[in-house]
Amino acid sequence: MVKYLLLKHYRGAPAPVNDVPMDRWTPQEVSDHIQFMNDFAARLEETGEFVDGQALAPEGLWVRYDGEGRPPVTDGPFAETKDLIAGWMVIDVDDQQRAVELAGELSAAPGAGGKPIHEWLELRPFLEATPPADE
Amino acid sequence: MTDHLEALVRELVPPVIGVLVRRGADFAAAEDAVQDALLAALEAWPADPPGDPKGWLVTAAWRKFLDAARSEAARTARELRVHTEPAPGPVTDGDDTLELYLRCAHPSLTPASAVALTLRAVGGLTTRQIAEAYLVPEATMAQRISRAKRTVSGVTLDERGSLVTVLRVLYLVFNAGYSGDVDLSAAAIRLARRLHAVTGHEEAAGLLALMLLHHARRPARSRPDGSLVPLAAQDRSLWDTDLVAEGIMILQSALARDRLGEYQAQAAIAALHCDARSTAETDWVQVVEWYDELVALTDSPVHRLNRAVAVGEAEGARAGLAALEPLDPKLPRYAAVAAHLHEKDGDLSRAATLYAEAARRATNVPERDHLTREAARVRQAPERP
Repeated sequence: MVKYLLLKHYRGAPAPVNDVPMDRWTPQEVSDHIQFMNDFAARLEETGEFVDGQALAPEGLWVRYDGEGRPPVTDGPFAETKDLIAGWMVIDVDDQQRAVELAGELSAAPGAGGKPIHEWLELRPFLEATPPADE
Repeated sequence: MTDHLEALVRELVPPVIGVLVRRGADFAAAEDAVQDALLAALEAWPADPPGDPKGWLVTAAWRKFLDAARSEAARTARELRVHTEPAPGPVTDGDDTLELYLRCAHPSLTPASAVALTLRAVGGLTTRQIAEAYLVPEATMAQRISRAKRTVSGVTLDERGSLVTVLRVLYLVFNAGYSGDVDLSAAAIRLARRLHAVTGHEEAAGLLALMLLHHARRPARSRPDGSLVPLAAQDRSLWDTDLVAEGIMILQSALARDRLGEYQAQAAIAALHCDARSTAETDWVQVVEWYDELVALTDSPVHRLNRAVAVGEAEGARAGLAALEPLDPKLPRYAAVAAHLHEKDGDLSRAATLYAEAARRATNVPERDHLTREAARVRQAPERP
């Protein structure tokens, strides 16, 4: 029983095999892609492995503390930011093998020409909140 | 709902499932009906405690079962009578409760499914409590449980699995500790107590003793802010001496039967720690001997790793490092053990590097934070000449 974060990147991931940007797909290909993602999440709910999923807007702000009594400084978005997260899914699975299997399935989402994108997804294990009770 | 009533209703869940199954309900439907009745009881009993709690639950669960069977019948347009008056099932001679444990920990289930089903059908927890304990949405946990029930609903008596898988599932529950409102360690102890009472098996005794001895130390294992206190630094006056005494008593009567198993061996090691007033006064030679037994029983690399720590205490850091030598550095917590032994051996810079590596490889936050502080502590310590 391990939770994993499945990260999808707008940029920063290695190039996928079927590397055609989404805005060059046909409307039907876009619909098919979205349907695939929804079906995938629904299937994980049925298997009892779904925890959460969210999509993120591509642009955000950078914020930092600027000293006592001052408002925080904001900046960006920066065009040079290499790594941009598009969204995530949190899954709760028996082991890493199962997490890899699911990420592999998600990476097969259809893109241009109805063919799998072979997109690189990042898989990050959660740290547990508590240590095991037998320490 | 008072704790007393909640405890009572939980204890009644397995026998009431047994009654419904004997009346002819299949396991999955019976378990669903009892969960519904349990929720109704948690609602109704505080204001209106029943004179006969078991009778109340049986009646409520049977009604829920009939309602579900009727709507199922209506839905599928099958003959109503068949469902409302199920033929009596075979009366099993074996104990219903043991039967339930074995079914819920069936080897065809994944560990996560077996854990969830055991907590609900044997432990009498609600789906919401289990979901909260494992930090997943209630709908996800409900699906996990209903899939698990589908998997085991066709299981017959002769392929019912073994006590070994039940013990493993209970140990998994115990080790999950507690986050939020549900104390899974306490739930596991309750389940292990009942299993021990039902089977009298020496390894069920060993597991119960092991849990009690670990649980006894829980108040000393972390500070109020959640940070870890390693065994050597624990305030032993915080250990629960009643639990220690009970654990040792259960362990001794199991060991007397001379059928050693891995849980008894682990409990024996825990008992040696509980017996000592400090790590310096711990009988490390005996701890190593028990690890030898444990390794002989399980051949587990994790036990070999822990054995290396004990060897380091019994025979010195160099001997501990020698015991570590043949093990795979990829083992979980290998770096933490190596760091500890190198520090003991006086090689502080190597220890610091290893503590930092161990922190990177930790699988939980308190352990990571502890190891990070250890790395910082060792780096700041003056090098010994």
